[in-house]
Amino acid sequence: MWEQIRSNQVRSVILIALIAGLLLALGYFLGVYFFDSPTGGLVVALVLWAIMSLVAYFQGDSILLGMAKARKIGPNDAPRLYNVVEEMKIASGLPKMPDVYIIDDPALNAFATGRDPTKASVAITSGLLQQLNRDELQGVIAHEMAHIKNRDVLLMSICSVMLGTIVILSWYASRFLLFGAMSGGGRRSSSRDSGGGAAQVIILVVGLVLMILAPILAQLIYYAISRKREYLADASAALYTRYPEGLASALEKIGASTHQLKSANQATAPMYTVNPLNKEGKKLDDLTSTHPPISERIRILRSMAGGAAFTDYDAAYRKIHKGGGVISKAAAGAVGAVGIRQASPSIPGEMAVAQKAARNREVSDMMLRMNQYRIVDCECGAKWKIPPGFKDDSIQCTRCGRTIKL
Amino acid sequence: MPYWVWIIIVAVVILIFWIIGVFNSLVGLRNQVKNAWAQIDVQLKRRYDLIPNLVETVKGYAKHERETFEMVTKARNLAQQASNAGAAERGKLEGELGMALGRLLAVAEAYPELKANQNFLALQEELTSTENKISFSRQYYNDSVLTYNNKIQMVPSNIIAGMFNFKLGEFFEVNVEAERQAPKVSFP
Repeated sequence: MWEQIRSNQVRSVILIALIAGLLLALGYFLGVYFFDSPTGGLVVALVLWAIMSLVAYFQGDSILLGMAKARKIGPNDAPRLYNVVEEMKIASGLPKMPDVYIIDDPALNAFATGRDPTKASVAITSGLLQQLNRDELQGVIAHEMAHIKNRDVLLMSICSVMLGTIVILSWYASRFLLFGAMSGGGRRSSSRDSGGGAAQVIILVVGLVLMILAPILAQLIYYAISRKREYLADASAALYTRYPEGLASALEKIGASTHQLKSANQATAPMYTVNPLNKEGKKLDDLTSTHPPISERIRILRSMAGGAAFTDYDAAYRKIHKGGGVISKAAAGAVGAVGIRQASPSIPGEMAVAQKAARNREVSDMMLRMNQYRIVDCECGAKWKIPPGFKDDSIQCTRCGRTIKL
Repeated sequence: MPYWVWIIIVAVVILIFWIIGVFNSLVGLRNQVKNAWAQIDVQLKRRYDLIPNLVETVKGYAKHERETFEMVTKARNLAQQASNAGAAERGKLEGELGMALGRLLAVAEAYPELKANQNFLALQEELTSTENKISFSRQYYNDSVLTYNNKIQMVPSNIIAGMFNFKLGEFFEVNVEAERQAPKVSFP
């Protein structure tokens, strides 16, 4: 059943082929326009694309993690997070434990990266780690694991590289064109002299239109792929955890948060659990969004009445969209009934508050340790957090008055 | 050679490739089942290792609960001794161990100082996670067994499975009655 997820990729492959077609068409017309031969343009387009692909393949994950200012943690830095990642690694049947990263940011988000399941990383903001209880954290991590397991990271990198190539080509081509027009003709005047007449004009017009439309079209296709993969990752998260409510309630918290992630941009947006850029809720945004609206994802997860299998997610999706399903038959029909597990026992109010305080302390202590703070215990029970630049060799505890040697 | 000879040769070649394909996917699935079983084993061992520590820590605060300690230790030893048994037998013993652990943690609830102990909290987090890992690895194992068994029993791959003597996998079910009372320790 785990392997069958791939059959869903047929649709994605068609969409990728569309982007590739756009890229080639753009190269072709650029060739006609600037080099008087289609081959020249195709070569330029393909070489640019190949270079960008190689960089993305070998350096993509470190670039992404670097841009997000993510820092790697071990099992002792954040036991709860590390344990939950390990739990989800087991549930998803991933061959190797992914690296765990933390982003020091109050915004609520998480993302996964890595070109294949044996070389993957998950990153989560400290804000999210603070806000989520265990079930919710499980849901979010399961969603990220699904991106790794379904090879979404690779898929989205292929797309974004092609998209990037198209954008760069069109940008430079249009600048050259403007410049050429101002300085009175340029290369294309010579080609016009050599004849061709109406056919030449048509090619020029089509090329011009393509230059303007290709980036927009490619972007729309990119968004369409991204949204589809989000639904699939949600469905997989429900299956791995056997508990759709965990992810649903995490999404609810994330949706209610007003922080924006500082280190996200257009290119990295599809990697995150929720779109880090757009404010959610606007229906008009549907076509130009990397993620489905959060409210809709929550509604689908909460309507999974029958169980946690793909078929149940698909049924819930159909109920809300009154149209085609989101998961192909081959993938959905692979397994029988899958029950939903019970919620972890709910905790009475005051305990929940204490738990939240403990979580906050855990996360802030971890961030301090990662910033090279030293944590010193006083005999009276107070904890002193010493910043890395502190020079003196002792401090006085303000609570009990003792002098603590460092 | 007449054309029908060629047709037969082509058909035989296709058949051989098909048999190889089915055989390899059966082997792949069988290895996946084995691997998933090893995963469960790792987590169960982790639980055996955690229990003595946990018992010692709780003992320090709750001296009068000897009966509970003995029950947990006994269940742990029984389960550990059966670690080479089949899935069904182990499932039963692990279920009992889970129940005993539940009782131990319920005892711990009554001692506020114990619940503030850093060591105990760390152990509790480890135990919670190990319980989860056991159930997730069991879930993955059972899914793998289901896929494998389907392949063995369904037409036409059942023919190949029969020819090469692939045996059905055994599901790992923890004793349901015990499971219902098993500790669902929850901690931030």
